Amino acid sequence: MTFVGWLQIAIVLALVLATAIPLSGYIAGIYAGKDNFLSPVLRPVERGFYWLAGVDETREQSSFLYAIALIAFSIAGFVSLYALQRFQNVLPLNPQGFDAVGADLAFNTSISFITNTNWQNYGGETTMSHLTQMLGLTVHNFLSAATGLAIAFAFVRAFARSSAATVGNFWVDVTRVSLYILLPIAIVLALVFVALGVPQTLAGSVDVTTLEGAKQTISMGPMASQEAIKQLGTNGGGFFNANSAHPFENPNAWTNILQIWALLLIPVASVIAFGRAVGDLRQGRAILITMAILLIVGVGVIYWAESAGTLGLTALGLDPSAGNLEGKEIRFGQAMSALFTSATTGTGTGAVITMHDSLTPLGGLVPLFNILAGCIWPGGVGAGLYGFLVVAIVAVFVAGLMVGRTPEYLGKKIESREMKLAMFAVLIYPMVVLGFSGASVLLKTALDSLNNAGPHGLSEIIYAYASTNANNGSAFAGLNGATPWFNTTLGLAMLFGRFAYAIPVLALAGGLAAKKKAPASAGTFPTTGPLFVGLLLGVIVILYLLQYFPALALGPVVEHFLMLSGKAF
Amino acid sequence: MLSQIRPAIVLLVLFTALTGLAYPLAITGIAQAVMPNQANGSLLTTSAGPVGSALIGQNFATDKYFHSRPSATQAQDPAHPDDSSKTIDAPYNAANSTGSNLGPTSQKLLDRVKADVDARRAAGATGVIPADAVTTSASGLDPHISPENALAQVAAVAKARNLPEDKVRAVVEANIEGRALGLIGEPRVNVLRLNMALDALTSS
Repeated sequence: MTFVGWLQIAIVLALVLATAIPLSGYIAGIYAGKDNFLSPVLRPVERGFYWLAGVDETREQSSFLYAIALIAFSIAGFVSLYALQRFQNVLPLNPQGFDAVGADLAFNTSISFITNTNWQNYGGETTMSHLTQMLGLTVHNFLSAATGLAIAFAFVRAFARSSAATVGNFWVDVTRVSLYILLPIAIVLALVFVALGVPQTLAGSVDVTTLEGAKQTISMGPMASQEAIKQLGTNGGGFFNANSAHPFENPNAWTNILQIWALLLIPVASVIAFGRAVGDLRQGRAILITMAILLIVGVGVIYWAESAGTLGLTALGLDPSAGNLEGKEIRFGQAMSALFTSATTGTGTGAVITMHDSLTPLGGLVPLFNILAGCIWPGGVGAGLYGFLVVAIVAVFVAGLMVGRTPEYLGKKIESREMKLAMFAVLIYPMVVLGFSGASVLLKTALDSLNNAGPHGLSEIIYAYASTNANNGSAFAGLNGATPWFNTTLGLAMLFGRFAYAIPVLALAGGLAAKKKAPASAGTFPTTGPLFVGLLLGVIVILYLLQYFPALALGPVVEHFLMLSGKAF
Repeated sequence: MLSQIRPAIVLLVLFTALTGLAYPLAITGIAQAVMPNQANGSLLTTSAGPVGSALIGQNFATDKYFHSRPSATQAQDPAHPDDSSKTIDAPYNAANSTGSNLGPTSQKLLDRVKADVDARRAAGATGVIPADAVTTSASGLDPHISPENALAQVAAVAKARNLPEDKVRAVVEANIEGRALGLIGEPRVNVLRLNMALDALTSS
């Protein structure tokens, strides 16, 4: 670890905060349906969309109807994306002449992109035509992120409103988020990416003759436009197999800073916007500080573990001062690699600039723990906010038990129905992750997919289900997931992770919106100060360590000690 | 409930047109018009034509060039053209990016690195080996090596080219890119640019 490294990390985080604060005011305006400086251009487009779609923007929906709209939109997205992949061989814009994508892989990829996971069981440059990348994957990078933020809007309205029957209109929220937030920032970011070297062309590839006379075929494509929304929407599905590690997707230190900035921007801004929406900025601040502590501790552990290098390689005579460089790119360095790795798994992004499979055991433990906890510091676009608010509900419940009062959060009483739904959402994750991982360990067909033996192999399997379930999408990518078993079960994990979480959240929203907002009294547990931050941290550590400690002990923890004793598999 | 079907389909179609067609095509149009060099992959050319991209690493096998890092990229095995699971090593295959994905307790990784280290020792390398010289990058297409790695190769390249070491070292030092503002980025050497500079030196 170096001073310059920590300074680089501090600069990027300061840049995120400095831009997220003004953006949070803008997002709060979108949430409230107010006009902004882009309205003269975009408002006619918005109205046109509603007119064609038959949406009455003044009519709000109950949380039940909101959930139905969410499901209908997701099904439509799934069907169209599946069809696009299955027929890409006969559709235009396929310069490399790729075949149709196989049924199980297309199933997996479609679910992956409609759930904002962007898990990739395929190599982009060897599988997907430009048309599929644009009309399919880029579109869902926008829409799945907009859907996440829409759900968060509905959940925040439930807290902000008193005795309300509705939580907003799903179609209006998705349209406004896409048009006013995602699209304008993506356009600017894409052009900056091109200026910094990210290609943007409809050509399929270029052939060059190297200085030694060999032929090199370099894959090309419209990647700057996809790269911008991939980071901004915390999607993470790369144009290429190597994702943001690929020198075209992420050519230099500047693009790398922008990539980290873009993936943290909206999640951080929406937490601050939440404070604005409930009329108390301190509510958002307490949550943001908790998230920042968890994120930065993670950065520190990765940075320390990776800088220390791996004992086995040092023993062979390698210079340990550069740290563990297997699976890393020279231009990024250990500090920014650590920040990217913690940020991409603390959000639901899942883009990578290092191969997580090649991280040291403790360096790999951090991203694994981040995704096991559901990617909520600061989380995916929207998903992080509603995910974290569920944890906050559990935390005030624990506080209520300790003092023997009915718990309240933001003036809403947390009662038996709320706790049942919150715990249902929280417990879906370990059931899916540990259940499918356990089944995979017993199946030969699953074990044949492993790239590493010993405890690292177990980590590969747990990571795959945790990543898909949390809608993250990063991988211990040595695992060959493109088999019928993994395509199917990882697809199911993504479905559960998105909908078995979002639907209880919307049910919670309906019940909470209907409750009367009680004014704060002397007996109200304050959810704005350091005490609440400490409580949140305690609940998170207890909740997730209890659920996953045995699995982590058998994976990265035991691998760390085996590495120290010089063992290899 | 059925009333939700029309907006689901219509909005999907509209947003597909807007974000899937209009957005990438508009960015492509602007990029091609204003920044054609970057938009088309930052290609480097000599009198013989394009020799590579400034951003994409290449495999250099002969002694007279500086060598890139090892690469884990693969290509379809020509002996089995129909079985996509059969692949062969193809370093710096820029149509199929990948890392090795081998973990720190992988015997395969240790064996691979040991073989590379032994080869270097046999060629006369002493002291510690620069870590990037024997580890594969995340993309398999890393265009850079560390300055230490480049300097360690000076003697071998100078010998193969019949040049004084000082002259080759000067070319390396001129090609070391530092941190912008002393802060942003990592010290590095672009291997293709370095080798092109070396060729230019020899021909002049």
